[in-house]
Amino acid sequence: MGKTILEVRDLRVSFEVYGGEVEAVRGVSFHVCEGEAVAIVGESGSGKSVTAQAIMRLIAMPPGKFKSGSVIFEGRDLLTISEKEMQKVRGNKIGMIFQDPMTSLNPTMTIGMQIMESLIKHQRLRKSAAKARAIELLAMVGIPDPETRMKQYPHQMSGGMRQRVMIAIALACNPALLIADEPTTALDVTIQAQVMQFMKELQQNTNTSIILITHDLGVVVDLCDRVIVMYAGQIVETGTKWEIFKNPQHPYTKGLLKSLPRLDQPKNEPLIPIYGTPPDMIQPPQGCGFCSRCESAMRICERQDPEWTAISETQSVRCWLQSAGEKAAAVVGGKEADA
Amino acid sequence: MVRFILQKFVFMIVSLFVLVTATFVLMNAVPGSPLQREKATTPQIQKNLEAYYGLDKPLIQQYGIYLKNLLKFDLGISMKKRFYSVNKIIADSFKYSLRLGVVSVITSVIAGCVLGIIAALHHRKFLDNLAMVLAVIGLAVPSMVMAPLLQYLFAVKFRLFNVAGLERPLDYVLPTIALSSASIAFIARLIRTTMTEVLHADFIRTAKAKGLPGHLIVWRHALRNSMLPVVTYLGYLVAGVITGSVVIEAIFAIPGMGKFFVQSVVDRDYPLIMGITVFYAVLLMVCRFLADIAYALVDPRMRNFTKKVA
Repeated sequence: MGKTILEVRDLRVSFEVYGGEVEAVRGVSFHVCEGEAVAIVGESGSGKSVTAQAIMRLIAMPPGKFKSGSVIFEGRDLLTISEKEMQKVRGNKIGMIFQDPMTSLNPTMTIGMQIMESLIKHQRLRKSAAKARAIELLAMVGIPDPETRMKQYPHQMSGGMRQRVMIAIALACNPALLIADEPTTALDVTIQAQVMQFMKELQQNTNTSIILITHDLGVVVDLCDRVIVMYAGQIVETGTKWEIFKNPQHPYTKGLLKSLPRLDQPKNEPLIPIYGTPPDMIQPPQGCGFCSRCESAMRICERQDPEWTAISETQSVRCWLQSAGEKAAAVVGGKEADA
Repeated sequence: MVRFILQKFVFMIVSLFVLVTATFVLMNAVPGSPLQREKATTPQIQKNLEAYYGLDKPLIQQYGIYLKNLLKFDLGISMKKRFYSVNKIIADSFKYSLRLGVVSVITSVIAGCVLGIIAALHHRKFLDNLAMVLAVIGLAVPSMVMAPLLQYLFAVKFRLFNVAGLERPLDYVLPTIALSSASIAFIARLIRTTMTEVLHADFIRTAKAKGLPGHLIVWRHALRNSMLPVVTYLGYLVAGVITGSVVIEAIFAIPGMGKFFVQSVVDRDYPLIMGITVFYAVLLMVCRFLADIAYALVDPRMRNFTKKVA
């Protein structure tokens, strides 16, 4: 892989709410290399969207706040630069696609104008040049008759087309990094496939790095090189996609894969859900966040956060099952036997 | 679009006809007559007068004559202000009402929007609270209370403005404040609510993710979407300003239409009542019609809808 373009270190994001402080992201660290596609998967509330929006600094503050951490992009910490500097990064160096294309476009502005906006802002193009580039972009994302579409409004387009327009907006200034926050969740399955196919081609042609945020492991396989599994605001396992799919180590990752329907599965065999709900993030658990739902939970899991264990050069997991041994025994003081 | 306009136009004619009929019936159902004086007149004079104004004919015939004249845009002659046609009275007085009305509507929209935007951008902070306290006062204090208060404070105490009249540009200040305070408050609250909502919309986040600066996001993306309900309200606003000006004109001694309207009812001046009612009605319908068109201009989704209707 090429050199690292984004490095997130020990990111912690909290939200002040009426009942207290919600610790949405609790010490997340990962990196993205040039031309690499990384998937962040996890269920609702696992902190994956907050992580993405924190990179772009799109989190409303208050109620949100950065407790600690840094987001190093092109040698600078995005969390400490001024808002003005940040505006030069957003839409220019980092593009973002959002979940719901039905509401993510301004209903009172033409498609053309919405694409041209960032071109005019970041590349200082004249209106005519921006228009030409916008038509080019629309054609690139596979929208037929782009000249006519330029003058249309979002309500005149289907969901899939709108999501392509969103992609065109995000790609307008050739960003080095594209963050796609559940880009296919709101779309039909057939349209999902088209959009994913398109993102894959894009990645192959332009060498853009992609962070794909999703709760759907199915869409990961085609596009991504590496997978990061998040649970309760933490990363619990990371590895290449084949490591994660073929040899998952964390019980949560295993659960996610088991709850996925497979073509080779016997007809009558039921899907296995992960029982229970994620923990309350106002009072995050002291130990492993997953232990209340984990079938193989041990006593130590309740008491202490597991540490990272390297499974291979690329795969590591945060689970006591892997690093149990003498370390766990030492922590609990030999009481593990009766667990 | 053409058919949309035509359709609206036909509706306007029909409602106008209903309105004329209803006013005519109600007006004649009220006891008393424009020719009754405090001084008793001889039956002969009474009869001659009735014949002169056509009041001796059966009601249904009077109604027919009125409709026929109305089609020729002839509203008849006043029974109290002799030698004045209703058309002339309206033409003379309406220019005052119109000027005051236009100034008030413009003031309401601009001041209301500015207050509302400030409130939305400082949601739940000091400026928001201040703007909303002002708005509640504006809504709660009726204009007939506000007007004398303004006169007393700024005209009598501080002598900044004239107490009454509408000659110099400065004369507009007090009546405009009195007339538009309620609508300023209404628009401010409307904008604040929609803008707060719009600022949390997904497309605002998209705009932010494009790297646009804050003022551009508000101006280009949020404002237009927040204006939609205000445009809808504009039709009613104009109606409110016009009917509200009846009171304000009386307080500030402005020779506008409102004054004649009130007087005509007191006098039972049939042609003048009918004339001003019809005039107001047409005015309101035109305003509502323009508001519909304005809505289509601001919201492209409406444009599409009207095309589909056509």
